[in-house]
Amino acid sequence: MKIDKNTINKIARLSRIKLDDKESEDYIKDLNSILDWVEQLNEVNTENVEPLSNISSSILPKREDVSKDTNSSEEILENAPDKLEGFFAVPKVVE
Amino acid sequence: MNNLIKGEKHDWEMVIGLEIHAQVKSNSKLFSSSSTKFGSSPNSQVSLVDAAMPGMLPVINKYCVEQAIKTGVGLNAKINNYSVFDRKNYFYADLPQGYQISQYKYPIVGEGKVTIDFKDGTSKDIRIVRLHLEQDAGKSLHDQNPSKTYVDLNRSGVALMEIVSEPDIRTPDEAGMYISKIRSILMYLDTCDGNMQEGSLRADVNISVRKPGDEYGTRCEIKNLNSIKFIKQAINYEAKRQIEILESGGTIEQNTMLFNTSTGKTRPMRNKEEAHDYRYFPDPDLLPLEISKEEIGKIKSSIPELPDELKNKFIETYELSNYDASVLTAEKQTSDYFNETINSDPELKNHAKIVVNWITSELFSLLNKNNQDLNNSPVSPENLGQLIKLISTNEISGKIAKDVLEDMFSSGKTARQIVDEKGLQQVTDQGEIAKVIDEVIAENTKMVEQYLAGKDKLLGFFVGQAMKLTKGKANPKMLNDILKQKLNKKN
Repeated sequence: MKIDKNTINKIARLSRIKLDDKESEDYIKDLNSILDWVEQLNEVNTENVEPLSNISSSILPKREDVSKDTNSSEEILENAPDKLEGFFAVPKVVE
Repeated sequence: MNNLIKGEKHDWEMVIGLEIHAQVKSNSKLFSSSSTKFGSSPNSQVSLVDAAMPGMLPVINKYCVEQAIKTGVGLNAKINNYSVFDRKNYFYADLPQGYQISQYKYPIVGEGKVTIDFKDGTSKDIRIVRLHLEQDAGKSLHDQNPSKTYVDLNRSGVALMEIVSEPDIRTPDEAGMYISKIRSILMYLDTCDGNMQEGSLRADVNISVRKPGDEYGTRCEIKNLNSIKFIKQAINYEAKRQIEILESGGTIEQNTMLFNTSTGKTRPMRNKEEAHDYRYFPDPDLLPLEISKEEIGKIKSSIPELPDELKNKFIETYELSNYDASVLTAEKQTSDYFNETINSDPELKNHAKIVVNWITSELFSLLNKNNQDLNNSPVSPENLGQLIKLISTNEISGKIAKDVLEDMFSSGKTARQIVDEKGLQQVTDQGEIAKVIDEVIAENTKMVEQYLAGKDKLLGFFVGQAMKLTKGKANPKMLNDILKQKLNKKN
């Protein structure tokens, strides 16, 4: 797999990151070398080997269905650039 | 049954599949301990996990997992011992994480089916593809300010079950019946409160049209419909729209649509991100969810009687029609009420059909008129049973019973009390009825002549007059018989 200009632009757009031409070139180089390095794994024969999903033998921890009153609005809104009467206020999302 | 719609050129068939989002009835959210209570002040039920503060880790709610399994069993579906949580990535203001934790390749519940029952006694299976667990997003308010959107994260992280059907649905009515059936199953299982107004149950509708027998056409998806009425309206409008395009030589563009509830029209969503690329991948914060056979078995044995089983029981025990039994079992409160009514007197078991009618037509229409629910009906099952017994033993007529029921509804008195107080007992004394008829005949000699000359319709008039004189209390059958006898004697 090779990363080209189109792919890097698409990834940048999906991540909401703005890249100039110089940065795009750098990322193409970086990502390609990362992919090349990882692709060494393809040399291993994995036929008849079950995919490994969990390297520890631990199981998913679960909690009981108990609700804790957080009464959080002040704390949660503390970092918000804009708020109104307990709501986050964001630039209008048209729909 | 003809399910086709007439086009200008030929007939068309709709192909419909539903994705239902059902909120799990739980105290706390899927991956955090915040409360799920509806209608609290904005952002008051948001933990640091729900707000996606850096470093916060999700811990799954055991109860939500059990509810999903229970629902899977209720949908006659396969429960998967192994399932995985994935991240579905997209940007939106009410999704603080930048991704929704959902299940993609390995859902907790696999293929199943539900049955819908038609009025004509036939039924149809709708296949379920899967059910998976996922997080709900927050709520955006767009109409409060011209330049801002307000965001409330109370709903963010609440557990949803997404139930996906195969495209087995062919008409708007079937779509309505399917979602009603799912709602009914969820409410019997008590895994979702089924409240569509509050958004606890909502659906996305996939719809395409085709010439009967053709391959599936290109589909459009209508997002986020929260009433059965809107689902039917949206399907009708969207099908018509697609047929018009196809018949004028156009092609359908695969699109996500929004339904405007005030105009009844669908329109494409404006910011459709170029062909959604959600980049699903397994959530590294969560281990795979493994459920043992023993756990599944334990949950299976805790499942209450479901609408279909109850329906079959009613059909067998009381010889009800498939349709009557399905109406009775559609909501748990209705089947409970029926059970209590019919068990209130041993005699009533022989009059099951009458009991059904008095509940589903007379009582329901009174409840509707007064904006009340069967749960807090002013007429108790025992009292309704008593009223029906009075009818079945011919003590009062069905017609008078309707007035008595209205009185019971408003005064809270029992049927017996009202009938005794007002002296409403049916007149079944031959002599008494004959006397009244003689009076009517004597007072309407002209009419009697006309009747005898062949104007048969006048019989109803005489019955009416006689009923009036007995204040509606004469036994209708006896009245009719004696009246005919007497008139025919005159001939």
